[in-house]
Amino acid sequence: MTVCLTAFFPCMNRIQLGQSATSKVAANLIRLLSYNNKTMLETGLIVGGWDKYEGGKIYAIPLGGTLIEQPFAIGGSGSSYLYGFFDQAWKEGMTKDEAEQLVVKAVSLAIARDGASGGVVRTVIINSEGVARNFYPGDKLQLWHEELEPQNSLLDLLNSSSPEPMNI
Amino acid sequence: MQFTASKQPENCLLGPESDSQRTLYPYVTGTSVVALKYKDGVLMAADMGGSYGSTLRYKSVERMKPIGKHSLLGASGEISDFQEILKYLDELILYDNMWDDGNSLGPKEVHNYLTRVMYNRRNKFNPLWNSLVLGGVKKGEKYLGTVSMIGVNFEDNHVATGFGNHLARPILRQEWHENLSFEDGVKLLEKCMRVLLYRDRSAINKLQIAKITEEGMTISQPYSLKTYWEFSAFENPTQGAVGSW
Repeated sequence: MTVCLTAFFPCMNRIQLGQSATSKVAANLIRLLSYNNKTMLETGLIVGGWDKYEGGKIYAIPLGGTLIEQPFAIGGSGSSYLYGFFDQAWKEGMTKDEAEQLVVKAVSLAIARDGASGGVVRTVIINSEGVARNFYPGDKLQLWHEELEPQNSLLDLLNSSSPEPMNI
Repeated sequence: MQFTASKQPENCLLGPESDSQRTLYPYVTGTSVVALKYKDGVLMAADMGGSYGSTLRYKSVERMKPIGKHSLLGASGEISDFQEILKYLDELILYDNMWDDGNSLGPKEVHNYLTRVMYNRRNKFNPLWNSLVLGGVKKGEKYLGTVSMIGVNFEDNHVATGFGNHLARPILRQEWHENLSFEDGVKLLEKCMRVLLYRDRSAINKLQIAKITEEGMTISQPYSLKTYWEFSAFENPTQGAVGSW
């Protein structure tokens, strides 16, 4: 429902001011939905956008409807496992590709530990050039601790030319 | 799991529950604010933490903001409600400025306005979940007051919210005196903030100190306090406790 109403705001902005809403305006309007319905909604939001005045900006809107601008934001059930990761891995001034690799790695780590996360990783990159979407299927992600290379069948392991070392 | 609708007793004076909105619990919260009057005005300190339950989630939250020309507002409690209060005050100050009559709202007036807002929300069982500290100077008169989420308000020479009431105010009662210098005021606040850092689990080591005087208001850059942990009892906890490890 929040998402449906969110599509309405930039249209109104365009009609009234003749240009797309800035990320700060969008975030503030979306925050009102969270804040004014705080007893009924249970959703944590992250609003990210690019405008010609301030460049790229990220706004976090946690439960309760606080608005906070941050250089990076995380949320959702799997995010518990990522606080330490980002404390260590996030750096100021990353390039587009570095940043995308970081978020893919982060979601991949969350998937490894959070039962409610899984499947695929989808990214959206928003900058002066527009909006670009990427897709990473789950089986193409890097393996983490205690995760094994997927096989077609046990039979392949048994029949392989060189004996596979036992996985203890 | 069995879900039962909440039942009100027969003699209850509350209306039907379905049509009232009420804030039941806070989500992102700020901890103590401590403030004191000194020679030239008011000094206020607050850390920059926004906790989410036991998680220290946001570490760059500014919990003190200037209000108009003469006041400084510090808040603890739900950050979203604090942001809403800032919006109300923005409207209030704007309205005041639009009169363009040379008058401006002083800290006493702002404090009174906040008290009314907080108390009225409390009466509707939908409080703004904050404890506020309002300090300022106008026409040479220093003012320092506080309002809580249930509308309790008072002024004093030093005030604190939350844990600050229990840990900082006793220190202030002992060591505060009239006409503190800026340096002594800052040192006293830092003493309080250090104790809070050691003892309040929601405190983080990143704080700001704000100063408001007749000339105006400044908020310091964020900074951290040094702490001391090298007690021999910490380094050798089992000494003297035979059999312990």
